[in-house]
Amino acid sequence: MKAYLSDRMGAALLMAPLLLFLGAAYAWPFFGVVNWSFTLPEPGLGQYGTLLSDPLVQSVFVRTLRIAAIVTIVSVAAAYAITVVWVRGTPAQRVVAEFCILVPFWISVLTRAFGWVALLSNRGLFNTWLQAIGFISEPLTLVRNEFGVIVGMTHFLIPFAVFPLASSMRSLDDRVLLAARGLGSSRMRTFWSVFVPMTRSGIIGSALIVFVFSLGFFVTPAILGGGRSVMVAELIYLRIFQSPDWGLGAAISVVLVLFVGALMALVFRYVRPRQLI
Amino acid sequence: MQQPGRAAEIKAIGIGKSFGSFRALDDLTLDIGRGEFLTLLGPSGSGKTTFLMILAGFVQPTDGRLFSDGVDITERPAEQRAAGMVFQGYALFPHMSVEANIAFPLKVRKKSAADIKRRISEMIERVGLKGHEKKLPSQLSGGQQQRVALARALVFEPGVLLLDEPFSALDKGLRGQMQAEMKRLHQETGTTFVFVTHDQSEALALSSRVAIFNHGKLLQVGAPDEVYDRPANRFVAEFLGEINMLPLKDVRNADNGAIGLCEDRTIRLRGNASAVGSTAILAIRPEYMSIAPEAAAGENGIAATAVASTYLGAATRLDLTTRQGAKLTVSVPNEVAASALSKGNSVWLTWPAEKGFLLPDGGQ
Repeated sequence: MKAYLSDRMGAALLMAPLLLFLGAAYAWPFFGVVNWSFTLPEPGLGQYGTLLSDPLVQSVFVRTLRIAAIVTIVSVAAAYAITVVWVRGTPAQRVVAEFCILVPFWISVLTRAFGWVALLSNRGLFNTWLQAIGFISEPLTLVRNEFGVIVGMTHFLIPFAVFPLASSMRSLDDRVLLAARGLGSSRMRTFWSVFVPMTRSGIIGSALIVFVFSLGFFVTPAILGGGRSVMVAELIYLRIFQSPDWGLGAAISVVLVLFVGALMALVFRYVRPRQLI
Repeated sequence: MQQPGRAAEIKAIGIGKSFGSFRALDDLTLDIGRGEFLTLLGPSGSGKTTFLMILAGFVQPTDGRLFSDGVDITERPAEQRAAGMVFQGYALFPHMSVEANIAFPLKVRKKSAADIKRRISEMIERVGLKGHEKKLPSQLSGGQQQRVALARALVFEPGVLLLDEPFSALDKGLRGQMQAEMKRLHQETGTTFVFVTHDQSEALALSSRVAIFNHGKLLQVGAPDEVYDRPANRFVAEFLGEINMLPLKDVRNADNGAIGLCEDRTIRLRGNASAVGSTAILAIRPEYMSIAPEAAAGENGIAATAVASTYLGAATRLDLTTRQGAKLTVSVPNEVAASALSKGNSVWLTWPAEKGFLLPDGGQ
């Protein structure tokens, strides 16, 4: 690099390929999508009007928000428990927790979705076992419905919920917890009235991330929902590739991107990007 | 607010703590009296904080027993010991207001809302935090946070208040102010205070007794003037303040103390020669030494040469060397220092017999 280039310019040059790629592969096509939403099949705001009036589209949005909310609550709660063990457990517990957090990252999302189908289907492991021990006589419907979607998504998203929680738990001053106990507070009480409130920023960050990821989930709901529990991303796919109703698909995409963008802006008010990984 | 009878009396018998192969605390036996202000003093890593943590119940001792008012509390968990504790850095609950911080120990004890309200306002008044009730700890200055920590630790009327270097983060002026405040709180509450510090002047100024630690061992316990004037060994003598030490030969008992030879002069001093052997160390605090042109026969004195002086404002610190090369330091009035330096630099240092004491030879 030539001497007259400042560090700043050097950094800009190193970043350039990434920015060009993002521009070419995401931003430019997205403007195309925005364009469709206003022009197909005829110019105007017609597709946005449909979006507001079509009961099918609305029910998909409502379902998406509901699933995302449930997945968020369950994932964050489960991740919280795992993270407590990971950050504050004995060395042996930490190794186990770390293993449980990292292993899912090495298995493809597709494999995991089909894995859940195998476990939850009518003749899957759970139903077979439950019938074998006489707990149920008819198989439970655990998959190809909202329940299956929630299980699969929660399983996928827990590791992502862990990192913001871990960073807030790591920065917590142990003496504050000792102080609570020294003042007469039981371990349970210390956990609920001191530990949990002090990790509030981690909980908010973690919940927002899981929620945002949930909104755009495609593969897991498509497989585990079996077409009966369609979420927004799948609806877009159906409108573009099957109906085909490109204008409406594009309008839904635009609304989803704007909504996710607003939530991400909120995420970054609570968590620094560095804490997310 | 505090019934004097509620102050706890603590007895530690043979307390020891090992972290792996490291012996943090060794065979400590100590009685902490009802309502006393005991300071645990020592350099870092001396075991003083470990002992405080054992008292609080945060650390389990590996050996020994701990009694509070005659009851064995060695295995009792921290939350059931009801010891108030003020941490280094205060450890306030960052998400709670001043009021909520102070209310915490009362809420945990399920006191009635009216009772909590009354005690909080009493405590806030007492530590001078009126008008700050709704603030978060992050909105307070260091001194104010310190007061919240003290109020929170005292509000439930604990039998003992444990303080872990509470002033280490404060600047000098504020430190003096908080020390005075703590002394007042001790008198008002009548609670037993156990205070950890590595600052010897703080220890001497505040406590009714000082316990000096080094390398995990309790070296000496006593009233501030007792440990300062009659240290049990060289470490205690040096840790509590500046001290001059001279080699002493032919040490033997004499009426009212001991005598020995120091650079061919007979020196009278306090102490028991049979406890130290024929050679020992003569120790004198520099403030008891004065500069004189001559030492009279029979008077304690040693000839020395002034080699350097440091102007301290109110006084001058003079570094001297004896004929046989021992180094001494004294603080003298500025004009005395000037004349000592001008008179060919050779002077006599004298001191009263009862101010010199014997320390065993060879260090510890």
